[in-house]
Amino acid sequence: MAAGSALETMNMATAQEIAAQEFAAVVATHRPQIFRFLLSSTRDPDLAETLTQDCFLKAHRNWASFRGESSAMTWLMRIAINLQKDHWRNRRMQFWRQTQSNAVDLNEASEWLPSGDSTAETKLLAHERVGQVWVAVKGLSERQRTVFLLRYVEEMELSEIARSTGLSEGTVKAHLSRALARVRAELGGKR
Amino acid sequence: MNLKSKFEDQADRRNAQAGEASGVGGEVSDAELEQVLAHFRQSVHAWSDAELTRPRLATAARPSMMRGWRVAAGWALGCALAVCGVSGGLYEHQRQTDLAKVRAAQQAEQQKQLAAQKAQEEEDLLARVDSDIAREVPSAMEPLAQLMDADESK
Repeated sequence: MAAGSALETMNMATAQEIAAQEFAAVVATHRPQIFRFLLSSTRDPDLAETLTQDCFLKAHRNWASFRGESSAMTWLMRIAINLQKDHWRNRRMQFWRQTQSNAVDLNEASEWLPSGDSTAETKLLAHERVGQVWVAVKGLSERQRTVFLLRYVEEMELSEIARSTGLSEGTVKAHLSRALARVRAELGGKR
Repeated sequence: MNLKSKFEDQADRRNAQAGEASGVGGEVSDAELEQVLAHFRQSVHAWSDAELTRPRLATAARPSMMRGWRVAAGWALGCALAVCGVSGGLYEHQRQTDLAKVRAAQQAEQQKQLAAQKAQEEEDLLARVDSDIAREVPSAMEPLAQLMDADESK
């Protein structure tokens, strides 16, 4: 009897250790992507870092309840999207509090272009274009922005986006279409 | 991942939106849009990678002097406003009560004066009537009355 309970305790400890290792691997794999999505959504590195940590903390607390019905990435992205929504809702509710934003300027955000072998003129044009996309993204609604970023920055499939956002695929397509139209309009209007 | 495939499933929607886009400015070709979005993606990836590798200073949140002062000033201002509000209300109430009292006293005084005036007028009227009645005598007795007046004058 005692031997049996000791064995059970050992098994539990081993299972916990395995779960911890699994979770550590999930964090290592998906942290950059979650951070990137939150950074592009908020344009605030510190806030993105905080929300990323909150996301993984929440995921760790609920790791046991994750049944693997969707991929870990989809599940984590869903948590991140909800955290981001909560953050903006709280800021709107607490408008009388001191809520200073550290979001970087759109110009600064568009400065990050990978150094290729293109000419200075091409680089300048690309910089300007990326800036225009940022302007369009800033003007999008929260849902459109989320869907747009998941699709064109994170390169997620429509079905994955639908699962992450909790929307139907049709709605995702509609949001994406409107977002793209806005980007086109921004690019077309400032040629 | 090839962005072209992503654009294909939206071609019909994009065509519908083309009018909207062209209304704002010139048309943007699919290839150009694809390139711009690729640059945008690369830009975000580069920025994110740079931010992830950037060393961060973890500073413990300590209650700053400024913040303490701000909270204290906020409380003081709040208390002062509350006290001002309450005392203002009380003062106004007291003023209204005093005014009402003065008005009531003035009205009472006026009514008193009116009553006295009325009483005086009535008294005068009665006296005049009395004197008129006392002086009036039937015409047949007029000569006698004149005699009496003459006697009185003597």
